[in-house]
Amino acid sequence: MTSLLNTQRPPVFCPGCSHERVVTSLDKALDNRGLQGHQLVIVSDIGCSGLFDTFFNAHAFHGLHGRALTYATGLKMARPDLKVVVTMGDGGLGIGGAHVLATCRRNIDLTLLVLNNFNYGMTGGQCSATTPSEAQVGSGFLNRLEKPVDICTLAGAAGAPYLARLSAYQKDLSEQIGAAVDYAGFSVVDIWGVCPGRYTKHNQLTPKRIDERLADLPAVNGPVSENQRSEYSHAYAELAARQIDSDALTHIPAQFQAPQSGRREVVILGGAGQRIVTAGELLCLAGISAGLHVTQKNDYPITVLRGHSVSELVLDAREIGFTGIDRPDVVLALSPEGVARRPAMWPRLSSDAMVIAAKGVSLPHCNAHVEVLDFKAGKIKSADWALAALAVMAARGRVLTQEMLAAAVRHRFSGKVRDLALATIARATALTAEG
Amino acid sequence: MAMQFMEGNEAIARGAVAAGCRFFAGYPITPATTVYNNMLRLLPPLGGICLQGEDEIASIGFCLGAAMTGAKALTATSGPGISLYSEQISFAIGSEIPLVIVNIQRLGPSTGSATRGADGDIQFMQWGNSGGQPVIVLAPVDIRDCYTLTAHAFNLAERFRCPVFLAANKEIAMTRESVDLDRLPLPAPVERRTADARNPFLPFATADGELVPRFLPIGGQRLVRQTSSTHGPDGYITTDAGIIDAMQKRLRAKIHSAADALALYDADIDPAADTLVIAYGVSARAVRKAVAARREQGRKLSLLVLKTLWPVPEGLLRENLAAHRRAVVVEMNLGQYVREIERLAGATRVDFFGQMDGNLLHPRRIAKAL
Repeated sequence: MTSLLNTQRPPVFCPGCSHERVVTSLDKALDNRGLQGHQLVIVSDIGCSGLFDTFFNAHAFHGLHGRALTYATGLKMARPDLKVVVTMGDGGLGIGGAHVLATCRRNIDLTLLVLNNFNYGMTGGQCSATTPSEAQVGSGFLNRLEKPVDICTLAGAAGAPYLARLSAYQKDLSEQIGAAVDYAGFSVVDIWGVCPGRYTKHNQLTPKRIDERLADLPAVNGPVSENQRSEYSHAYAELAARQIDSDALTHIPAQFQAPQSGRREVVILGGAGQRIVTAGELLCLAGISAGLHVTQKNDYPITVLRGHSVSELVLDAREIGFTGIDRPDVVLALSPEGVARRPAMWPRLSSDAMVIAAKGVSLPHCNAHVEVLDFKAGKIKSADWALAALAVMAARGRVLTQEMLAAAVRHRFSGKVRDLALATIARATALTAEG
Repeated sequence: MAMQFMEGNEAIARGAVAAGCRFFAGYPITPATTVYNNMLRLLPPLGGICLQGEDEIASIGFCLGAAMTGAKALTATSGPGISLYSEQISFAIGSEIPLVIVNIQRLGPSTGSATRGADGDIQFMQWGNSGGQPVIVLAPVDIRDCYTLTAHAFNLAERFRCPVFLAANKEIAMTRESVDLDRLPLPAPVERRTADARNPFLPFATADGELVPRFLPIGGQRLVRQTSSTHGPDGYITTDAGIIDAMQKRLRAKIHSAADALALYDADIDPAADTLVIAYGVSARAVRKAVAARREQGRKLSLLVLKTLWPVPEGLLRENLAAHRRAVVVEMNLGQYVREIERLAGATRVDFFGQMDGNLLHPRRIAKAL
């Protein structure tokens, strides 16, 4: 049995500080478990509890205020075999509250010791998240305006599977800390203590008073039955092992000849639910099948089921420098929201440009050649109009050919979806023949 | 010829995995979210870890913890997330934790526009942390750079033990492009240099002639100390001004002394040109078109596309600036990197052309400025 205490760096706390009792109790607990320094990481927060890592001969990680649990989580996920003990004060608990709650919800195998002395000792005794409203602290009257939190109630509600509310002065502190360290999950240990440097200068708080106040609260010490569940790193490993490796990249071979040369720009103006992004992708895949370089930029609101959906495509045998739309060769106008989204484009369309519009979508004045198609009459659903419009482009020899489009569909879809897409293309092609 | 079709963020994720990254943590934010989506698809089948933090601070904190066990870690966010990363970035700088941070820049200030591009964080990435020590920032021009520069970023993070930013832009990251990743040459993966674990270990001591401390992982046989406090070679807090001075100067020197050696750039210099155009990021694509168009009209122009923005490749810039009468700096902001060019320009006149309205700079407008 060997202590892990660093004899060259003994504790330097104020005389009478309860933190020192926690240092020795933690050491005894670790020692009793036969833990060696290289199997252990002490992650410490900011404040007087942030000195803990320097007192132990163990791996040490001391970081920013409130963030200790974030480092500990990364360490533990990368090295689940290590024992990780986190020390923070009631200050760190407050500023890092989101991390405390999230770690409770995760249930990762860390032991959190909160050295709770009801104030910010290091910066002048200001109020923390646990300061009683009636206390006299360095924040003037401000603590009278806030309700202190009970750490164990908070952590329990957030899902912590192991809780203990202890006094730094209780005789079995090292056994209690040891039991928390042994627990294979997230354990939160709320250790009440005295800060003689700041807090007890103006407040009556003694070991006896701590005992009395703890006795007034429901006893909390051990596993929380309703929060028992799989530990995060183990559960992660189990689920991760079942993930299918979908890393394979698919190449689209260049095998066709595009109908037109030079840079070609296509804008699809549609609305939510019209599969505009997918149609844009199909056009790009078709372009790649003809050896073209392609780019696709999409524009849609965060409310993905409502509003416009616009896709801007560039196809060019040469590398594409500018990915913006300059002078579109083809515009597919499939919904009023989409048409309204690009008001500045319409006056600039040249007479060489082609607009394929769904019947009923009114267009601003433009010089382009406009072809209106009654997709509804062709028994094509709105969700397929963009694909149908690509088929019209192919039938007219604009930008892509029918074989390019078919290759894109075969690459992108399989099974029933592919059959339906090919059927849509056939119906749209038939519409152009009627027209 | 056969190509793939993907967006820049997927190429970034694949570049990271190819560089040996096996740990990712992030928080969803447009336009960086799909880096996370791709890492979540790629890493678990490889035995890697992909986590979603409760916020950006937690996400980068996870990465710092993992990096200290020896993992190559990646996080990805946009401007508002970089703001939240700030305290952890200065930790990684001062305590020499290797990490790659992808910043898919979007139009700011603040929450700005989630789906509009800009290069508005160029000075922020270097200076948006406490202490003012140097970082490394690489800026991809296109999807191929997204792949290869990400691999470079990991190598630099390992080599210099510092955070390395990949300063992309929504206009590259969320634009899908044809690409053949298999044909892009990646740099050979670099691993951080380790100390001999048989010898006593001081976590921040450097060997003679070296500026980067040798690494040992937390969790190895030798005890390792990591601390965000001002520390000496032993990793304990110090107030010794001599030790502090040496540490601060070393943090600066390890990056600055390598500035020209690690500069990545494309130089297209015409010895007869009197004007040098300097650009980076997605704007460089439009600039290339503008330069080509002006050259067709007989204008003699040189073009320097910077891919390493920080540390500033001062030697490269001074040499090229001195060879031209005028420089035109093109940026997708209202003038940020131009400040670095101005301080290096000497007698060369520096003009700026930029915009920050959420749209790409247009080659024709740039050409008029040349």
